[in-house]
Amino acid sequence: MTDQAYNFAYLDEQTKRMIRRAILKGIAVPGYQVPFASREMPMPYGWGTGGVQVTSACLVPEDRLKVIDQGADDTTNAVSIRKFFQRTAGVAVTEATAEATVIQTRHRIPETPLHEGQILVYQVPIPEPLRFLEPRETETRKMHELEEYGLMHVKLYEDIARHGTIATSYAYPVKVEGRYVMDPSPIPKFDNPKLGQNPAIQLFGAGREQRIYALPPFTEVVSLDFDDHPFEPSKAPHDCDLCGARDSYLDEVITDDRGGRMFVCSDTDFCAGRQADGHRGRLSAVEAVQ
Amino acid sequence: MTMMPRTITTDEPLLAVSGLTKRYGARIGCADVSFDLYPGEVLGIVGESGSGKSTLLSCLSGHLRPDFGRITYDARDVLAMGETERRRLGRTDWAYVHQNPRDGLRMGVSAGGNVGERLMAIGARHYGDIRDKAADWLGRVEIAADRIDDRPTAFSGGMQQRLQIARNLVTSPRLVFMDEPTGGLDVSVQARLLDLLRGLVRDLGLSVIIVTHDLAVVRLLAHRLMVMKGGRVVEQGLTDQVLDDPQHAYTQLLVSSVLQV
Repeated sequence: MTDQAYNFAYLDEQTKRMIRRAILKGIAVPGYQVPFASREMPMPYGWGTGGVQVTSACLVPEDRLKVIDQGADDTTNAVSIRKFFQRTAGVAVTEATAEATVIQTRHRIPETPLHEGQILVYQVPIPEPLRFLEPRETETRKMHELEEYGLMHVKLYEDIARHGTIATSYAYPVKVEGRYVMDPSPIPKFDNPKLGQNPAIQLFGAGREQRIYALPPFTEVVSLDFDDHPFEPSKAPHDCDLCGARDSYLDEVITDDRGGRMFVCSDTDFCAGRQADGHRGRLSAVEAVQ
Repeated sequence: MTMMPRTITTDEPLLAVSGLTKRYGARIGCADVSFDLYPGEVLGIVGESGSGKSTLLSCLSGHLRPDFGRITYDARDVLAMGETERRRLGRTDWAYVHQNPRDGLRMGVSAGGNVGERLMAIGARHYGDIRDKAADWLGRVEIAADRIDDRPTAFSGGMQQRLQIARNLVTSPRLVFMDEPTGGLDVSVQARLLDLLRGLVRDLGLSVIIVTHDLAVVRLLAHRLMVMKGGRVVEQGLTDQVLDDPQHAYTQLLVSSVLQV
């Protein structure tokens, strides 16, 4: 098959219309999981089939696309999805968060604050926050319908009973506009405060589970917690070893088999930007010598 | 937690049922059942397997929708209620104790979490308070305080059943439905559970509808008794009266079928 056999951004126009309808409904009812007829995509489930379909339905030829995987622009998943859209849509791509109009992400929200007009597309493996507490889909839908969310707190209770604190560190459940409890996809809870009052449109696509949900700009998003155990966004208690950033989310990298390790920003664009501005971390000088 | 003595007004029934009928196609589940249940009263429903006891209980507790009849709870028409209101009633004012504790418990959640669930469902958001209340209730049903973080899978059958009772009573319900609460337990554990239930019912002033085929259970717990056969109530009255002087042929058979040791 030649490239000309593809429609713009891979999916045919009818499919994109169907997905756009689901997106619009999701935006109209923030946090509500809208079912949609997810298509087979040329990648395995779990690699972002939902996110790719949402991105595909949002893209226009003038867009500039950024794709990140765990914050990084240069990992396999990010590179192949970026290439996929370069080839099927011919859109411009970028690694700079501020310049992108559409950002597809897996498991992170970029450190650089988003601005109005941007669309952030999340890849979601399991959209149902109640799934592991109540396996019946009929029952969880009923619970959403009737706002019966006590069970979500049972999970947090179990965390505290077992670990002393709320040990859930990613996919931390949130309540949207005081109504729907939502799974923010497996982003670290460090990113949870960025979900609320965000100027960008946030869209969540789950391909295998066939659900789309959304947060329109400036939505109220509250992380669930207890009065005596409040929500705390957490990160590794270190500075970035390459750019010295104190307030960015860090990856731990094992550097040898004698316990050596370094902490680096998981957001590669943010880290590279800071280094270009002359910021230095604990290990940057050493590397320069080597 | 201190128990406030309930103000019991015995002139108004807590639950009034009239003409309740549920059919499964051409077959009768239960037919034309009527009774009143007053606050603080324990009503036993006995009968053989397939006599419609469980169908009746499911209809009363809102798990099944009856075909005909009226159910009035506290001057409210239960069948006309919206689902939201009925489910709220189901986790505040009502409680349901299943025969198999596995049906009524979350087996993957610790004992404390199981007891706390109903509290969190009605809006409790203070971990310390929830835990204190859970510990208090585990004590009341004679489960050691150091088992609060164990899962029900690590409990014996009798403990699981007691945990289920604690989980149900933590929100101080007024009406408790019990489906064979002592089924599947050995006799000494049964006796202790019955003793516990009798104490709780008396102290909390609960109204209880208890379905069982074990006449000893109703003899100990129930004030009044309904005997069912083929989906219909064949005899009802005070428990001792029905058991000591059965009028209907089927009740006589039932009473005489009990093995004497």
